Amino acid sequence: MKITKIGFICTILFVLVLSACGNSAIQQSGGSGGEADASEDKVKIGAILPFSGVYASLGKDLSDGMKLYFESVDWEAGGKRIEMIEEDTGADPQEALKRTRKLIDQDDIDILTGAVSTAVAYAIRDEIVTNKLPYLTSHAGGNDLTREQKSDYIWRSSFSSWQIGNSMGKWAYENIGDRIYVAAADYAFGREVSAAFMESYKEAGGEVVGQVYPPLGNNDYASYLTTIRDSDADGVYAFFAGSDAVRFVQQYEEYGLKDKFQLLGSGWLVSEDLRESIGNAAEGVHAASFWDYNLENEENGKFTEAYEEAYDRRPTIESLEGYDAARILVETIEALDGDVSDPEEIVKAMAAVEFDSPRGPFAFDQNTHHVIQDMYILETIQEEGRTENSMIDQIENVQDPGK
Amino acid sequence: MYRTLENNQSTTLEVDKIDILIAQMVNGLSYGMLLFVITCGLALVFGILGVLNLAHGSLYMIGGYVGYSVTATYTQSFWLALLTAPLVVAFIALIMERTLLHYTYKLGHLSQVLLTLGVAYVFHDIAKIIWGTNVLSIRVPESLAGSVSIAGQLFPLYRLVIIAVGIVIAVGIWWVQNKTRWGAIIRAGLSDREMIGALGVNISLVFTSVFVLGGILAGFGGVVAAPILGLYPDMEFQTLILALVVLVIGGLGSIAGTFTASILVGVLETFGRYLVPELSMFLVFTLMAIILVWRPNGLLGKQVAEG
Repeated sequence: MKITKIGFICTILFVLVLSACGNSAIQQSGGSGGEADASEDKVKIGAILPFSGVYASLGKDLSDGMKLYFESVDWEAGGKRIEMIEEDTGADPQEALKRTRKLIDQDDIDILTGAVSTAVAYAIRDEIVTNKLPYLTSHAGGNDLTREQKSDYIWRSSFSSWQIGNSMGKWAYENIGDRIYVAAADYAFGREVSAAFMESYKEAGGEVVGQVYPPLGNNDYASYLTTIRDSDADGVYAFFAGSDAVRFVQQYEEYGLKDKFQLLGSGWLVSEDLRESIGNAAEGVHAASFWDYNLENEENGKFTEAYEEAYDRRPTIESLEGYDAARILVETIEALDGDVSDPEEIVKAMAAVEFDSPRGPFAFDQNTHHVIQDMYILETIQEEGRTENSMIDQIENVQDPGK
Repeated sequence: MYRTLENNQSTTLEVDKIDILIAQMVNGLSYGMLLFVITCGLALVFGILGVLNLAHGSLYMIGGYVGYSVTATYTQSFWLALLTAPLVVAFIALIMERTLLHYTYKLGHLSQVLLTLGVAYVFHDIAKIIWGTNVLSIRVPESLAGSVSIAGQLFPLYRLVIIAVGIVIAVGIWWVQNKTRWGAIIRAGLSDREMIGALGVNISLVFTSVFVLGGILAGFGGVVAAPILGLYPDMEFQTLILALVVLVIGGLGSIAGTFTASILVGVLETFGRYLVPELSMFLVFTLMAIILVWRPNGLLGKQVAEG
């Protein structure tokens, strides 16, 4: 065997890069066992969520949010017991498809929910439609899921990229200025959100003076920030999430951009679980979101209080998504009096669900099957040594155009 | 009047361009030095022991997380974190070397790689249990938090400090390796293990101490890098990939090579982001491919005898 050391390292490197791309290094098999008893008094809900990999914390929050609501109705709806079977998808579409097939074939679930990564949602889409399985998307926001890829069986309670980006566009033109620089992570969601933002910003009369798309998981923004600093924009619209958001907002301040340009973004830029890590650099950011911890309404008060009591931490956007998804499922089953034998009936009942959510009034668009909701413009302020988001504007009934 | 105004504007624009190039150069240098601080432990262990430690990224991660715990929970002192985290990681490295790695020196690369990769996954899950999956960050101490203006461009002071830290570490390692008795023993052990043993040197102790030193450097790198790169699940594998790229480009068994490669990768990636943002990572891997064809042993790599 004549392999040089360096050749050996390259082989290892190659394998590591591949496994990092696939993100399937270690998958744990979650969920309770699939007993093949077709007991009549149970409604089986399958949840495909990431409990490992980069989206692990989102999956956990969604799951905790769902459990909180199910707990509040004692895991019962329409006279039936609710059984939730969770499967770990990581961020891997192939794995998700396998898990979904398992839920359909082995566990014989009645309704499916979940999916954090949009790629996962697209991957399982055909399987769901062929099997006529009602599916409530509780996070994945890719536009096409309720546009070209829409189906009678797919309903989405979370958001679309378009809603997130579009709502900030006009507002930014009217309140910040007519020249903007756009920076977004280079993946489908980042691209879709920033495209929706630019569309509505330009329509309002603004000019996009520059765009830059750093790769997802980029660890140093110094170079991009130096370029942006040199522009003559009035503000910077940024779409980043997770560790990217922490680094971007911190470095944005360190490189002196905070004093020059107003930073705008989505709720994920300054989300509840990131702000502590970001620190004071987040102060002054304006973000568009469909929910925030500090929204003042009765439902939100109840939700945040119950969540904090149960888990001893603040809920995030994903917790709220899980909580709402569980509520939609419960109301659907209630409306059917527990009879979930006909998928067509389930879908019909789900379409009619309307309620006051912690995020405000909630209803489905009957045409696109996507949620119509209010969007909020938040400002991050400093309060008692920590940062808080506070609502400064509200855009009512934002409805995805569906094409 | 109008014309002069326009002229003025175009000259300031050109000055701005040069300023930006200088600024990007400094950015590239500081990023490169950060890479060096992260990679040097790995390079040292591989260069001297011939062990490719795939758990290096994990040691780095533990350093960062321990640093976080020290600054966020127990004291507010960054300096204390800088002291304790490397010690904790050194202790872990010691246990790892004595109980696991020690037995694989005779078995060759493949078993070492499999072992350290396995250990990396164990550390991954342990870190997840202890520190959770949220994104965390270490605050830069007040005294290093400000910004400095160079060529009319603002830089975070901390970035400049990292450049200095990188240089100090590089000089330190070079000095120990080339100018001290201990360094001579290490170099001798590298070329002929049995002979140095016959001369009455406890080579097993030397190997252990080198591995522990690698751990100290990893832990130190973890704390130093955390304020910039942050702490999050899977960070160790991202870091490991970058570190291996630097290692391959620089060549094996050469601290000078790792140092040069770090700066090269840092500057290339920074200018790549500035000029062709979509291709920056691609550029780095292309550089690696070219170097492998042009100089199969890396930039400054020595022809290491097959062990």
